[in-house]
Amino acid sequence: MQRMVNDPDRVVEEMLEGFVKTHGNLVEKTENARVLKYVKAPEKGRVGIVTGGGSGHKPAFIGYLGKNMVDAVAVGEIFSSPTAKAFYDAFRAADGGAGVACLYGNYAGDNMNVKMAVKMAAKEGIEVKTVVANDDVASAEKSESKKRRGVAGEILMWKAGGAKAAQGGSLEEVIAAAQKAIDHTKSVGVGLKPCTIPAVGHPNFEIADGTMEVGIGHHGEPGIEVAKLKTADEIAAKMVETIVPDQPLTEGDEVAVLVSGLGATPVMELYIVFNRVYDLLEEKGIHVYRSYVGNYFTSLEMMGVTLSVMKLDEELKELLDVETETMGLTQFGRQ
Amino acid sequence: MEMFTNKEGAAIVPGLVRAIQENKDYLSEIDGAIGDGDHGINMNKGFTLCGERLTGGEDLSGALETLGEILLCEIGGSMGPIYGTFFGEMGQAVRNWEEIGEAEFGRMLEAGLAGIRELVPTDVGDKTLLDALIPAVNAYREAEEAGKGFAEALDAAAEAAEAGRDATKDMVAKVGRASRLGERSRGVLDAGASSCAVIVRSMCETAKGLLG
Repeated sequence: MQRMVNDPDRVVEEMLEGFVKTHGNLVEKTENARVLKYVKAPEKGRVGIVTGGGSGHKPAFIGYLGKNMVDAVAVGEIFSSPTAKAFYDAFRAADGGAGVACLYGNYAGDNMNVKMAVKMAAKEGIEVKTVVANDDVASAEKSESKKRRGVAGEILMWKAGGAKAAQGGSLEEVIAAAQKAIDHTKSVGVGLKPCTIPAVGHPNFEIADGTMEVGIGHHGEPGIEVAKLKTADEIAAKMVETIVPDQPLTEGDEVAVLVSGLGATPVMELYIVFNRVYDLLEEKGIHVYRSYVGNYFTSLEMMGVTLSVMKLDEELKELLDVETETMGLTQFGRQ
Repeated sequence: MEMFTNKEGAAIVPGLVRAIQENKDYLSEIDGAIGDGDHGINMNKGFTLCGERLTGGEDLSGALETLGEILLCEIGGSMGPIYGTFFGEMGQAVRNWEEIGEAEFGRMLEAGLAGIRELVPTDVGDKTLLDALIPAVNAYREAEEAGKGFAEALDAAAEAAEAGRDATKDMVAKVGRASRLGERSRGVLDAGASSCAVIVRSMCETAKGLLG
């Protein structure tokens, strides 16, 4: 295993220590070692934004703590849900008296732990409402979209929810904005090489050289098709053709595009893929309003890419344009 | 009458800790086939913590609640909330009973199962721990209703849990992490059903030992 670790069982702790030392202007520790918060959270009278999930997805999830985005994050072991207690403590860390929006991804463990944490919070008088991201179109048929997993589209959900909270939105309004954001976002991944959890020591799935797995999940969940490895343009086309009919997107639509690497793919190649994604969408008369290209939501050292496309309306455009400052995403307000 | 006191029943929990510790590698190996191979490690971590934290002064209710709380608050993943709820609910169910007889033990198992069912939308055949637990609870109740004694009902539950575990081998996972593997999940045991069978067997054996 060609990796830089000390004790494989302590990678999460040591990563958190390093992260807080680096980004102390944005994030700080809480009483719970598995909960980090934005230094200015909670803000009295403002809806708190919480997320959480397993580790190994940097910058997700703690990389989106900061101004106008996420207020507190529950941190789990690698690829394993945080505890109910961690979600509960994150709710407490983010609660400014106006309620908490828990915006997280659709995974069995996270669903259970959030559900229990919401009950614990209700006993303490903290109102928590949830939105469950299910943007990964390859993870279930459209008719079973409630079973779909949450992937990189979650970033756009946090962006919209956090911006709504910044605008003074009520808990209901923040939840509605985040729900709309994820309902309008579709994602698909393509994997080229698997990843290894340090404590396990070997990949628990394989992608043979010369092949690619279309629709791969963020933890190596099998996709819809194993195909011969194609060119960047052909991979871009495959992803666009998967997403466009699913939303569906039609001529005249405006979209935000997020291309994220899965960890080991050179950022240069992400731009090569995006270059073709942009042209394919514009050829269809789908206008790209805003784009994000980089390692936004990774899976350890998996090689591959995810494409997320959000269909915009005036409200979502306005929310995406709100300035934000986090480790993973910083942008200035649009003039 | 066959029964043991709530205080004597506390021995069930250290028995569970030992059973999980002894089966740590077996559970991880099963999980490695279609999961990420950490089931035994995580279970061992939680149960061992519980073993260290028990003072010996608890009764069955207190010991079960301690175990439940540790799994819930310190383990995470899917197994933390599921088993945390299972043991926590069982602990609450027996809180007001000084003596645990055949009926009380049955109501305790049912309370644990009900807690899990409220948490997860899962049924028999989905390739989860419920494939071991539901048959175990049913077998216990059937033995009880048929007028068989406490010891016989305990044996029936443990055997049904193990048969249920074995039946998961031919199933395709419908929920949880393994469900993302679809057909690839067929042909191997479910890790949750395997740990559940270990747990039910251990609880029943210790309880039987207490009957003298």
